[in-house]
Amino acid sequence: MVVGKVTFTKLEREKLAEVLWLLNWISVMTGATLFGLGLFLKIEILKWQEVMSDQGILYVPHMLITTGLAACCINFLGGKICLDCADTNKFLRWKLVMMPYVICTFFFTSCVLVGALMCYSIRGQLEESLFLGLRSAMRFYKDTDTPGRCYLKRTLDLLQIQFHCCGNAGYRDWFHVQWISNRYLDMTSSAVVDRLRSNVEGKYLADGVPFSCCSTFSPRPCIQQQVSNRSAHFNFDRQSQQLNLWRRGCRQALLEHYTGIMQSIGLTVLLIWLFELLVLTGVRYLQTAMENVLRLGDPDSESDGWILENSLAETARSNFNIIKNLGKCYQTDNDPNINVPTPAVEQEVPSQLRPEGSLTSGTPQVQNL
Amino acid sequence: MALMLVKFDLKKRVKLAQTVWFMYWFAVMAGVLVFSMGLFFKIELRKRSELMDNNESHILPNLLIFMGLIACGINAFGGKVCYDSLDPTKFVKWKPMLKTFLVFCVVFNALLIVTALMCFVMKIPLQFTLSEGLKNGMRYYKDTDTPGRCYMKRTLDLMQMEFRCCGNDHYRDWFEIQWVSNRYLDFSAKEVKDRLGSNVDGQYLMDGVPFSCCNPSSPRPCIQMQMTNNSAHYSYDHYTEELNVWKRGCREALLSYYGGMMNTIGALVFLITLLEVAVTVGLQYVDTSLSTLANPEDPESESEGWILEKTVKETFTDIMAKMKATGKGGKVEEGGEEGVATVS
Repeated sequence: MVVGKVTFTKLEREKLAEVLWLLNWISVMTGATLFGLGLFLKIEILKWQEVMSDQGILYVPHMLITTGLAACCINFLGGKICLDCADTNKFLRWKLVMMPYVICTFFFTSCVLVGALMCYSIRGQLEESLFLGLRSAMRFYKDTDTPGRCYLKRTLDLLQIQFHCCGNAGYRDWFHVQWISNRYLDMTSSAVVDRLRSNVEGKYLADGVPFSCCSTFSPRPCIQQQVSNRSAHFNFDRQSQQLNLWRRGCRQALLEHYTGIMQSIGLTVLLIWLFELLVLTGVRYLQTAMENVLRLGDPDSESDGWILENSLAETARSNFNIIKNLGKCYQTDNDPNINVPTPAVEQEVPSQLRPEGSLTSGTPQVQNL
Repeated sequence: MALMLVKFDLKKRVKLAQTVWFMYWFAVMAGVLVFSMGLFFKIELRKRSELMDNNESHILPNLLIFMGLIACGINAFGGKVCYDSLDPTKFVKWKPMLKTFLVFCVVFNALLIVTALMCFVMKIPLQFTLSEGLKNGMRYYKDTDTPGRCYMKRTLDLMQMEFRCCGNDHYRDWFEIQWVSNRYLDFSAKEVKDRLGSNVDGQYLMDGVPFSCCNPSSPRPCIQMQMTNNSAHYSYDHYTEELNVWKRGCREALLSYYGGMMNTIGALVFLITLLEVAVTVGLQYVDTSLSTLANPEDPESESEGWILEKTVKETFTDIMAKMKATGKGGKVEEGGEEGVATVS
C-alpha cells in the first residue's frame, strides 16, 4: 500500500520544484545557523574547559558544526537539483543522483535530531565532569609554580568573580583543601606547625577562603579568614555572615549557565529539524513524481508522488534484503543452494526496487518504455 | 569661471544620479550609525554616573543623537530627490527647494565637523569630572547604610574588578581614607583606639585595601591588610611585589576607556562628514547639470555641472554683498535677485 500518495499535474510539479528551490536556499541559511550555534557552544565550553575533567561534552558542538556544514552542502546541491526538476529534460541529468541525495538528506536530518536531543541529554555528564574538574582545580589552586597548573588559580578566581559562586558545592569546600602554597607559609612559626599537625595528611587547612569568594553585595568589608567563627569579628551577626561570601557553589552556577545555553540551542535545532523534515518530504515527493513521469513517458501528464511505495514494513524488509544481497553479490549465481527467485517474483522485485532505482536495474526498465 | 566644471550628456547624468542615490543610502546608514553611537555613549556615561558624582556632561551624546537623526532625514530626502531627478516630470517639483536644501546641507556638514572636533576636546572636562567623582566615591565607600550612597561600595568594587584598577591614582589612595565603617569597629579594642588617635581627623586609617583591588593573576593569595609591613607576611617585599594588587589607578583606567571610545566616535564622525560632503557635492552636480540643459525640451541634450558658478572668491564677495544689502534693507529687491543668480 502506497504511503502518502499525492497526484501532481505538470503545473503542480513545476510549482513544487520552485518552492523546494526556495526552501533549499533557506535551508542553506539554517545550516549556517546550525554551524554558528555549534561554534558558539564550542567557544563557551572552551572558555572554562580547565574546570571540566573530561572533554566529552565537546561532542555536542562538534556534532552541530559537522551537521551544519553538511546541511549547507546538501541543501546547496538540493537547490540546484530542485531548480532543474522543473524541466523534465534537465531532470534526466540528476536521475541517478536523486536517490542517494534523498537518502543523504534523510540521514543528515536524523543527525540534526540527534544533535538536538544530545543538547538536552548531556546534563548528567556535564555535572559529573564539573564536579571532578572543580575538585581538582581547587586542589591545584596553590600550584602556581607548577607548569601546566600555573593558571588554575587565575581561572578559578575569575570563575568565582564572574559567576558569583564559591567552591564546588559551597564555600566550605575551601576548608578541606590547602589553597595556600607552602612557599608562603612560615614553617618556623608555631601556629603554622600546629595546623599542619592537626590533620593526617599534614595540610595547612584553615577556615578561610580566597578573595574571589567575596560578595560585592556585602555591606561590610569582606571577611575571608575565620569565616565560620562569628566571635572573631566585631558585630558579625548572622545576616552579615549570609551576605559576606557568595553562597552558591560553582558547580551549580556553571551547570545552570551551560544548561541554559544548551536548552536554547536545542530548541532552535529542533525547529531547524522540523523545517528540514518538511524539505525532505517535499524533495521525496518531487523525486517520486518526476520518476513516475519518466516511467509514463509523457512529460505533460499527471503523475503520482509518494513517500513510500509500499507500506513501512515491506519497505524495511526489501531494504534489508538489498543489504543482505549486497554482501552476496560476489558469490556465483549458479550455486544451486542459493534461493533463485521464480520469474513471477522476478517481475515483482524490480518494481519494488524501482523507486530506490539507483542501486539496482531501475534505469533499463524506464528506458524500455 | 565656474568651479570644477564638468560636461554631461544624458548617459553621464543618469550615471551621476544613480551613483549619488546609492551614496545617499550609505549616508542614511551612516546617520543611523551616528545616532546609535550617541546612544551607546550616553548609556555608558549613565552606567557610571555614580562615579562621576552624577555631574557628567551629556552634551556630546545628545549632540550625536540629534545629528544622527537629522542626517537620516536629510539623506533620505536627498536620496528621494536623486531618484526623482532621472524623471524630468518628477524633478520639477523638487527644483525650487533644492538650493535652500543644499545650503542647509553645507551648514549641517559644518556642524558635523564641529561635532567630530568636540569628541576629541571633551576628554578634558571628563578627566576633571572623573577625578572628583572617584575621590568622593572612595570617601563614601563605607556608607552602605546611608540612603543614596548605599550602592557606592558595590559600584566601586565592580568597577575596580572590571577595569583592573585600584584607588584614584594608585592603591595607596585607600590608605588615606577610612573605608571601614564605624559599625564594624570595636571601639573598646586598644588597636582601634590607637589608630583613631594617630591622625587629626580621628579616622580609622590603615594600610589595607578592599578585596576588589586584588589581582587574580598573583601567584600567592591576596595580601590586603598590612601591605607596607614586610614582616607581617612570610617572604613578602612590598617594594618588589608587582602582582598582588592592581597597580593602575582607576582614574587613568576610566579615562583611557572613555578616551578610546571618544576617539573612535570622533574618527567615525569625521569619516561620515567626508561622505556627507561627497553627497552634497554630488547633489549640487545633479542640480546644476539638470538646470543647464542646452535644449530644455530635449532630455538628451548636453549640459554642464559645477560646484560653484563663480570662483570661490567671487562667490564669497557676492554673498557678503548680498548680506550687506539685506542688512541695509532698502535695496532688498536688487540685492536679492543678484544673490539668487550668484548662488545658483
